[in-house]
Amino acid sequence: MTLAEISSNLLYAAFIAYLIATFVFGGAVKGNKEGSFKSEGRWGKIAFTITVIGFLAHLGYFITRWTATGHPPLSNMFEFTTAFGMTLVGGFIILYVLYKTPVLGMIVLPVALLIIAFASMFPSEVSPLIPALQTNWLAIHVSTVVIAEGILAISAGAGLIYLLKVVDMNKKSKQRFWLEAIMYSLVLVIGFVIASTFFSLTGYQSDFTYINKDGNEASVTYNMPALVGMNEYTSLTEGTMEPFFATPAVINASKVTTVLWSFFVGTILYWLIRLIARKRIAAIFKPFVKNVNLQLMDEINYRAVIIGFPLFTLGALIFAMIWAQIAWSRFWGWDPKEVWALITWLFYAAYLHLRLGKGWQGEKSAWLGVVGFAIIMFNLVAVNLILAGLHSYA
Amino acid sequence: MEKLQCKCGHVNPPGTILCESCGRSLTEEEQHKKLADMRYEGTARRSQTYNKSIIDKIWNFFSSVKIGVSIIVLLLIAAAIGTILPQAQYVNVPVRNDETIKAYYADVYGEIGKIYHFLGFHDLYSSAWFIILVGLLAISLIVASLDRFVPLYRSLKNQRVLRHRSFMNKQRIYAEGPAPEDAMEKAEEKLKELKYKVTLDKNGLLAEKGRFSRWGPYVNHIGLIIFLFGVMLRMMPGFYVDETLWIREGETRAIPEAPGYFLESKDFTMETYTGEGDEAKFEEAIDRVGSVAKNYQTDIVLYQTPDESLPGATDEMEQVKEHAIKVNQPLKFDGYAVYQMDFRQNELRAMTFDLTNKETEESLGTFTIDLVKPEKSYDLGDDTRVDLMGYYPDFSGFENGEPQTETPVPNNPGFLVRMFTPETPDGEVSFIVIQNTIEPLGENQYKLTFQSAETRDVSGLTIRKDRTLPILGLGGLIFMIGVAQGMYFNHRRFWIQRQEDGELVLAGHTNKNWFGLKKDLDQVSGFASLPAYIDQQEEIEKKEKLKKEQKLEGDELS
Repeated sequence: MTLAEISSNLLYAAFIAYLIATFVFGGAVKGNKEGSFKSEGRWGKIAFTITVIGFLAHLGYFITRWTATGHPPLSNMFEFTTAFGMTLVGGFIILYVLYKTPVLGMIVLPVALLIIAFASMFPSEVSPLIPALQTNWLAIHVSTVVIAEGILAISAGAGLIYLLKVVDMNKKSKQRFWLEAIMYSLVLVIGFVIASTFFSLTGYQSDFTYINKDGNEASVTYNMPALVGMNEYTSLTEGTMEPFFATPAVINASKVTTVLWSFFVGTILYWLIRLIARKRIAAIFKPFVKNVNLQLMDEINYRAVIIGFPLFTLGALIFAMIWAQIAWSRFWGWDPKEVWALITWLFYAAYLHLRLGKGWQGEKSAWLGVVGFAIIMFNLVAVNLILAGLHSYA
Repeated sequence: MEKLQCKCGHVNPPGTILCESCGRSLTEEEQHKKLADMRYEGTARRSQTYNKSIIDKIWNFFSSVKIGVSIIVLLLIAAAIGTILPQAQYVNVPVRNDETIKAYYADVYGEIGKIYHFLGFHDLYSSAWFIILVGLLAISLIVASLDRFVPLYRSLKNQRVLRHRSFMNKQRIYAEGPAPEDAMEKAEEKLKELKYKVTLDKNGLLAEKGRFSRWGPYVNHIGLIIFLFGVMLRMMPGFYVDETLWIREGETRAIPEAPGYFLESKDFTMETYTGEGDEAKFEEAIDRVGSVAKNYQTDIVLYQTPDESLPGATDEMEQVKEHAIKVNQPLKFDGYAVYQMDFRQNELRAMTFDLTNKETEESLGTFTIDLVKPEKSYDLGDDTRVDLMGYYPDFSGFENGEPQTETPVPNNPGFLVRMFTPETPDGEVSFIVIQNTIEPLGENQYKLTFQSAETRDVSGLTIRKDRTLPILGLGGLIFMIGVAQGMYFNHRRFWIQRQEDGELVLAGHTNKNWFGLKKDLDQVSGFASLPAYIDQQEEIEKKEKLKKEQKLEGDELS
């Protein structure tokens, strides 16, 4: 087995460990009927041990991949997103040691699983570094950012648990709608993973030529049946699906197709779950969060931000500016990724001012924590894949 | 407004809530509260006190957290809008001016692009309103900080050890009761051991730790203001240089905006990953994307002319250093940095031609035209020569029979020549471009055949000088220090007093982390046998909860 193979096997191992730990954490929380700490603690400990084993495997993946490629595995979408999953679990482990909260594991681990699964939909073969990335700043800048984002995501996890407990799922309200929207968007990620995996296992491929926005002919390969076509497309592969319509040149219809399939599969899955459970997904979690200590969740939400925010400032703004000055000759260039890092920073600055200055604690803080995570995910997914810029390494 | 004199005799500034000296409540409202409002030590903030003049109103506007957060949110939304379509600086147009940029947005993005451009979003981050928004944020940072910092500083500096009973029992952590004789001494000893600064006065004790953490928010705001000031400074001339230099291999050029400095390009190299040997592991990735760049590099020599030489005089140049400019490894000298940013490969340098007889294909000699400094005439001996009548480096076609050149760069050189040989002493005229020959004055006996071309690479370098960088760095550093100071440390205080009846009264306060404060107090209480304390906040919450539950039960019963 080569080092690269060992590395990817370790990642599988981590994934499976997290999957098992999720259920054990769920069992620990659910089995605790009378709300005593004892049974929750016992099963929680087992689940935590499995999580730590998974994390060590994940760390093993990271180190072996670093050795195999000769550069820190933080250089493309697959590597960054996988590392994000790792720091998320790492952040959870620290908070579990401090606060002993199995319910946090039950929420954070599935999110980490989704993130790893999402990551593995991107090309994962080891790739060489382009000149701009050949510096130690890659490790310094990206690792600080990924750790900060992992910790900030914990804040959202605690916020989500808070909301799952306080939002009344039996009464129509804005809160109920948005909480369910969060659950729906998580299911959409599963939809993306299922659709991508299905079409890649069946080896679907269909080639087109089209006219790009500069008026030149270009070619594109769809890995899912083409729902929408590129600008003035011509199909090159016989017997594959013809798009329903073509889009203007500025829209990347191949990506739109992927998004549509994810929505399609995700929405079917969502309604299947609702039909079987006969209630909203957020309501399914209600019994699990019955014994949650709201004050503690609020505390974790805030703690994660005051650790994550300075780290984020350091990694995503200060280190980023130093590197940008060295590599691109200017410390700031209003590249979309830079702008969204600034937006994230401004958002958490607003969070802190509202919490400390205006007394926005509890539910309001919880919503802000979740929105912060949404911004981080937007910067990771949408900015890399849709708003093309200097950071589009996927 | 008048100054407020407290019962203890201290004169407080108007608007004070808790006496700066003894801590008595000075307002009706405050007197009725169960717990004292300790956020800014009950000091008089200007914004909470005056609201008459225009200046008061402006001050109050900017000192509000609500306004500050609103500005942050507006900036956030504006910044996001600017990423919907690419900014003008990232747009590729052949000729860059307002018209072509406008046309680009309309052509590529249609109606949406037109509106986007019309609203000025294509250059959002340097638009006046965006800069004004940043300016408003800066004002808010300064005003809000001063409004809070000045009274807070005054108050914490003037603290007295002895506080009024009404101040003590309105603190969240409170205790009263009998205690042994040596309780005060022992408490002092333990508090000192826990690194508290202890001050004694008559029958009282004040222990304080981590006061500097109260300055954290103001320190980080100062850092931000310094940063914004640095950004503003770059608009001043002399602080900031941003130039582009295209330099060909073998050329020596003056560095723009860097008087006295010259750069010679020795060689430009571009490498891609081969996927062989050490790089075999990358083969799959390279195959997928086609090719991956490995290195862009310009080997240069930096020269400097002595101070006393005339501007532009290059004959006395002295070599300063040799350097390989790569991405991430700029050349640095005298506050300047030169970056590898762009390149053009294989620009024509010289072309070699053969003068041949069309019929016999016999050669009368070869000559090389330097495309940068072509000569007027090339003598091949034996009454044979080629005169260069016209040179068109970037031939773009004929206009009124005249050959035209689009640029002075030899992208597509055209030559109008007259060839003299012993057979054709009057000369034959020919026009030559790559892969084509035109004989405008009729059939010729001789022709020029292209033999070979010499090419060279051109490096696109960026020259930067940014004297604001140290200021920006300082701002960033101060911000980080302020954030750490305010977030990871907290200001803890205990007041202990022995009453005339011999009982002890104790109060404790911290700006955050009450858990830590209680842990300290547990140690002190245990060591000095102090009366047991209560957390009055928790008591209040417990009572409220109880009341709610009772109410619920009542509802169910009725």
